[in-house]
Amino acid sequence: MNKKMGIFAKISISLLAFWLIIFAFLPNILVLFSSFMSKGETEFLLFDFTFSNYVKIADTLYFSIFLGSFKIAIITTVTTLVFAYPFAFILATASKKYRALLLLFVIIPFWTSSLVRTYALIAILKTKGLLNALLLWIGFIDTPLEIMYTQSAVYIGMTYTLLPFMILPIYASIEKIDMRLVEAAKDLGASTFSQFTKIIIPLSLPGIIAGSTLVFLPSLGMFFIADILGGAKDLIIGSFIRNQFLTFRDWPFGSSAAIMLTFIMFFMIYLYSRASANISQKSTL
Amino acid sequence: MMRKLYASFIYFLLYIPIVILIIYSFNASKYSIAWKGFTLEWYYKLLQNDSLIEATLNTLHIAFTSAFSATLIGALGAIALYRFDFFGKKFLHSLIYILIMSPEIVMGISLLMLFIFITMPLGFWTLFIAHVTFSVPFVIVTVLARMSGFDLSIIEAAKDLGASEWIIFKSIILPNIIPALIAGFLLSFTLSLDDVIISFFVTGPDYEILPLKIYSMVRLGVKPEINALSAVMFVFTLFMVILSQILIKEKK
Repeated sequence: MNKKMGIFAKISISLLAFWLIIFAFLPNILVLFSSFMSKGETEFLLFDFTFSNYVKIADTLYFSIFLGSFKIAIITTVTTLVFAYPFAFILATASKKYRALLLLFVIIPFWTSSLVRTYALIAILKTKGLLNALLLWIGFIDTPLEIMYTQSAVYIGMTYTLLPFMILPIYASIEKIDMRLVEAAKDLGASTFSQFTKIIIPLSLPGIIAGSTLVFLPSLGMFFIADILGGAKDLIIGSFIRNQFLTFRDWPFGSSAAIMLTFIMFFMIYLYSRASANISQKSTL
Repeated sequence: MMRKLYASFIYFLLYIPIVILIIYSFNASKYSIAWKGFTLEWYYKLLQNDSLIEATLNTLHIAFTSAFSATLIGALGAIALYRFDFFGKKFLHSLIYILIMSPEIVMGISLLMLFIFITMPLGFWTLFIAHVTFSVPFVIVTVLARMSGFDLSIIEAAKDLGASEWIIFKSIILPNIIPALIAGFLLSFTLSLDDVIISFFVTGPDYEILPLKIYSMVRLGVKPEINALSAVMFVFTLFMVILSQILIKEKK
């Protein structure tokens, strides 16, 4: 690799580094800093070092919000994983001829506005909506189900919106698997079950972790899904942070919750890098 | 057989709400789910709504300028990242990947804090900065993917033959990464167009953009106009994504 940079390359790197440091790195340091400050009466921040914002998170009132949000995020992550894994496997092992097209139809919802996709669910879930009309028509139920503005609606909304974010990383990791390994195991008499549990799933672990990160974190933060479908406020950490910043003006407290999310992100990135390192180590043996 | 059935089921789940949304945007009935005949009334109403038109123009303005800047900063950065070793390269690399994973809400409040600290009025410029910031990593990843496998010895050869940096950039690198540049631009444009959470924090009261306008309308309930607007946004995204995917997939 070239070590001598021309002036052009220097400017390119400086521009990128400048932008990311000023507008991404620095603001996050600001959040970290503010999470140890106190709330001022007139100013946003009082420069007075304290751990109280983190202690406050453990307060029963707030803690139940966080716990509830984690419950939603975990259930969403598990549900999307259960739906996505077999689908990603089918896609990754489909004939090459159709694979690109099949993939495109997952990429489209991946990039489509989550707000539009959340909104689209209302017509289906509302009391006089299509789901109830269909179930009543079949005779499955006698009275329409109340789904909108309940936690079920939030689960459905999160699972629906975030499903593509689970499918794509898992697809990418399964596609990379050398299928000769599976063939070899088959020849040696491994059952379909042990082919999955001993080869395919362990080798696609980085994809599972990446997908879980891309689902878990947004399902803690996407307040508009909780707002539009759940109705109730303060249901998830994202709405909590928003309210601390925009309604209660308690920046330090909101910052401490944001730092918690960042911390979870780093933990998941750590898990991911360990899983990938594990695999590359094994494949060189 | 089971495979096809299951795959179709997932595709069905992914698309049915959007398909229904688009169908209902042409339904003459305002509130009920019953089909009362075809109409273009809701699309016509969109065109007459001045504040919606203004929000659309603002959104396109932000999307265009931020996608253009993100592509410029991201592509130049990616080329240098690929070609050279320098102090802090690893840090920059990590920052890029962390930004892609980073929860939007954290980016939203962190930028809000920065803007208030430097007393920058919330509006076009703050939105612009935020959108460039979340788009740049995606441009870099797209361009780096295109460059991977690019034989650096070609550049060495050109250098030995006396080509300047500018000639190398213009005649060797640029023609190779043009599809990734356009794809990066389109993806940035789409990201900007669809962003709700980050924009929610960094926009000012005088600068309305479409996703936030839709958000405030949706909170008041379902309206056929929103169906029409969402349908337009979906079709627009569809077009951009398909185009960008064709460009990414195009043979190197």
